Amino acid sequence: MKNLWDIFKKGVIVENPIFVLALSLCPALAVTASAITSLTMGFSVMFVITANNVVVSLTRKLVNPKVRVPVYITSIATIVTLVQLLLQAFAPELYQALGIYLALIVVFAIILARAEVFASKNSVIPSFFDGLGMGAGFTLALLLIGCIRELLGAGSIFGIPVIGDWYDPALIMILPAGGFILIGYLVGGFKMLTEYMEEAEAKKGDA
Amino acid sequence: MVDTTMSEKIFNVSMSPHIRDNESISKIMWTVMIALAPAAIFGAVNFGYRVLIVLLIGMGSAVLFEYLTQKIRKKTVTIRDGSACLTGFLLAMCLPPTIPFYMPAVGSFIAIVIAKHAMGGLGFNIFNPAHIGRAALMISWPVAMTTWSKMTTGVDVVSMATPLNILKQQGYEKLIETFGSAPDMYQALFLGTRNGSIGETSTVLLLLGGCFLIYKKYINWQVPVVMVGTVGILTWVFGPAGLFTGDPLFHMMAGGLIIGAFFMATDMVTIPITIKGQVIFALGAGIITVLIRLKGGYPEGVCYSILLMNSITPLIDRFVQPVRFGLRREAK
Repeated sequence: MKNLWDIFKKGVIVENPIFVLALSLCPALAVTASAITSLTMGFSVMFVITANNVVVSLTRKLVNPKVRVPVYITSIATIVTLVQLLLQAFAPELYQALGIYLALIVVFAIILARAEVFASKNSVIPSFFDGLGMGAGFTLALLLIGCIRELLGAGSIFGIPVIGDWYDPALIMILPAGGFILIGYLVGGFKMLTEYMEEAEAKKGDA
Repeated sequence: MVDTTMSEKIFNVSMSPHIRDNESISKIMWTVMIALAPAAIFGAVNFGYRVLIVLLIGMGSAVLFEYLTQKIRKKTVTIRDGSACLTGFLLAMCLPPTIPFYMPAVGSFIAIVIAKHAMGGLGFNIFNPAHIGRAALMISWPVAMTTWSKMTTGVDVVSMATPLNILKQQGYEKLIETFGSAPDMYQALFLGTRNGSIGETSTVLLLLGGCFLIYKKYINWQVPVVMVGTVGILTWVFGPAGLFTGDPLFHMMAGGLIIGAFFMATDMVTIPITIKGQVIFALGAGIITVLIRLKGGYPEGVCYSILLMNSITPLIDRFVQPVRFGLRREAK
């Protein structure tokens, strides 16, 4: 059980897809102008990555390694289509807001990377938790970026105004330039945090 | 056996540069600030005491952010060298007088933390920090950055729009009409009794400051002359009513061209090293300025033209690399 928790935790912090692995930065820039689209994108990816990890792990002994990538893509595309149809049916506005990026989940580096690196070599349960952890890390990262960008760029969070009228929102934050700057600084901050944690860990080990 | 200890005493082998001047960063920075001061004081007289607060916020916050960044980066704190102060000063000079007070601070943050220290600190920044700050403010708050106040004093009151804005939106005839006559307009532009950013209005005071810097050999006269000259020639050639009908005098004095050419395009860190490179830089900046003014969406293009040329500075440097002493240039 502890092992599975470690696999999950790894995706959130030590190998956070956005801040540490720096995979799938495209959606991290493109859909994070508001918190709600970030969250939707995060959950969509979380679902796709977990489901795909399970599928890949289940079929890992049947698939010839030479054709593994097309097989992964087929599996991911199927799951993404599922997500697309679901969102279109139950949350059409969000579907509109995410636009092309929802379909682009098929080629997100992080999903393919987890299939290749983890799911194709591990059994179903650890793969499931790996997908869940990576998805959670991705979702948290996107949510953080989305909240900050919406707060500074529109003065609200999840569409609810939180800063008073005195603040004139800085448009740069909801433009791609602001996204780049923010992600850069968050990566730096995350590195500081992990280094600090490692130091603390090392000290604990000494004692 | 050769006695090596002896030769070490005689020859002090060190890296270049070998010739050291009496100049220091802080001396240069403070001199540039003194050169800018008359235009700033004129801005305060022209637009009211509010300008002084904007300038102080710009400088103070720049110094504060420099201090904090260097503390966090665990570097030596160098706020005394005046470089951060100058960046804040230059940034505030390029802002409209009516700007809300928190915006110069945000601009200083972007200039110091993002444009300067994220690139490695003084001497390593690719782009002019003050102009990056202004560009970011321009993108963030387009309305506040293009709202111009009436002047509080001065004889010719131009309300609510800069000369370049009038030219862009209403045309040249309207521009002349606003000032009365063409000589009146030139006079207003030259003396600075017109609307615009805090420090860009007074052509004569900026020219004085610029000449002082040239006299002190802190900047090369080629850069401002080529940049302003390019703008003048191009605006004259590509006039509104066909070739050679433009108004070069207006374009040379309007907007931020003078302050840009003398104080921004001559920033030691972000322009090419050789004179030849600097002339190419100034030429390119002048061409882009004219392109933006005549064809672009913005009324003024000095800020963006200098930033764009900053980005190709390393290329220019490579292109005009001088031949090393003792070597011959390879024949093509």
